[in-house]
Amino acid sequence: MELTKEEELALKGEYGETLETAYRILVATGEATNAEKLVPIKWAHLSGANYNTIGDAGEEFLSKLSQSAKVKVMTTVNPIGFDFEKISGYKISDEFIKKQQSIVQSYQKIGITPSFSCIPYEIFDLPQKGTQVSFAESNAAIYANSIANLKTNKESSFSALASALTGKSPYSDLRINDKPNLTIRMKLERPDEMTFGMLGYFAGKIADNSVSISGVSEMDKRSCKSLCGGMGTSGRCGKFVLGEGTSDSEKVDFDKKEMQKIYDELNTSDRGDLITLGSPQLGLEEMSSLSSMLKGRSFKKRCMVFCPRAVQEQARKLGYTNGLEHAGCEILSDCCTCLTPLIGKDDVDSVTTNSIKGAYYLRNSNGVSVNLKSLPQIIKDETK
Amino acid sequence: MTLKVIVKGKTQGKILKTNMPINFLGSVDKKTGIINDNRHDLTGKSLKDTILVFPHGVGSSVGAYTIYSLKSNNSAPLAMICKKVDLTVASGCALANIPLVIATEQEYDQLEDGKQVTLDAESGKIL
Repeated sequence: MELTKEEELALKGEYGETLETAYRILVATGEATNAEKLVPIKWAHLSGANYNTIGDAGEEFLSKLSQSAKVKVMTTVNPIGFDFEKISGYKISDEFIKKQQSIVQSYQKIGITPSFSCIPYEIFDLPQKGTQVSFAESNAAIYANSIANLKTNKESSFSALASALTGKSPYSDLRINDKPNLTIRMKLERPDEMTFGMLGYFAGKIADNSVSISGVSEMDKRSCKSLCGGMGTSGRCGKFVLGEGTSDSEKVDFDKKEMQKIYDELNTSDRGDLITLGSPQLGLEEMSSLSSMLKGRSFKKRCMVFCPRAVQEQARKLGYTNGLEHAGCEILSDCCTCLTPLIGKDDVDSVTTNSIKGAYYLRNSNGVSVNLKSLPQIIKDETK
Repeated sequence: MTLKVIVKGKTQGKILKTNMPINFLGSVDKKTGIINDNRHDLTGKSLKDTILVFPHGVGSSVGAYTIYSLKSNNSAPLAMICKKVDLTVASGCALANIPLVIATEQEYDQLEDGKQVTLDAESGKIL
């Protein structure tokens, strides 16, 4: 990869240790993806804010970094482990709270926007079509490339962080060529959001960087986010395009049999002790539709609803949260079903959710069984 | 063989090889370096001080932090050799200063589990 004179100097440490580290990361990821150069990016979205996932070493790294580092472009960040405004009533250790606080402070010190959300595309104005960004959250990278017409690779925590600190990213892969070489033919009729999530999960397993999906004419927001979440969970694919694809692309069917295989992999219980909604976190549109669906009904068991702080505030003003709380929902912000310490196997055996991404992490990371159901089905079965 | 160097360094050690991709966030204990995913064929084995040979990384982008944590906890592999490099493994190794090289399919097949080797990830040679 060719570096400019300035970039060379930064890599040699002329501008301090932080930039040296950042350029070292960019050179490694650039070499790994055969990039010829670095290009400017306008927005970085970081993963790695949850103490549950980054641990002590991550906390210490960020604390040290924050002593000198500053982001060069708009930088948003993924959810943390829990909602600071709703600590009571949940079992979170003092140690966890202290370390999580330190991580939040370090990020704020380096100048990030404290979004703590995995759906930055729903809470910030999107830059113009074709803008290069650097998103580490997989569902957000897929959404950015596929729906928002932005350009990003499926970045890692550190490659996005290096982009935030330098304003640059290697010019490679999906930033240059995003033409799919595989078409998945959707063979299922009247798919709900769970079907789309499983379609995404299937696509992520077999597709390379980019995939065409045929047989889908339209998707609502909930289904689209479910597809992005599922796809980001299972593999490396960072973009989908709706359509037939080119005639020479390989064709694979997503039919009842394939869906059943994924359902059997992720659905491990026929009931749940509690319900979670939101992975990806719910946006305003989904909060509105959920409050309409719950009108006059109430949950028979605990239901945790995860949404960004900004969405909760708007939803409160518009009266949606009132309805949700009335129906028994616990509304939580700054965190998400995925990788939260709020759901543990000491307290629950199983969780009901409509999230494919959530199902994967609940089983693999939280160690609980999962009961998969679409949102209308959850409301039918679990409310009165 | 001449391997493509992603993160430079020189080291020697025993190869630990798998043909299954590794999800660092979900399958590796960041304190001990032991694979704790019972569906993985390296389950129960430690990555510590090995030359880890695997096809590529999968899963969450936060896996880069796991690689960094392994190094901080003295439980990291001495080096990694992959067939395809994903950004999570490349950036994790870059920050943690763990030598990383890419092998072609043929080169990869020649690497034997348990064999003591010297990896020169400056010139891209295995001795």
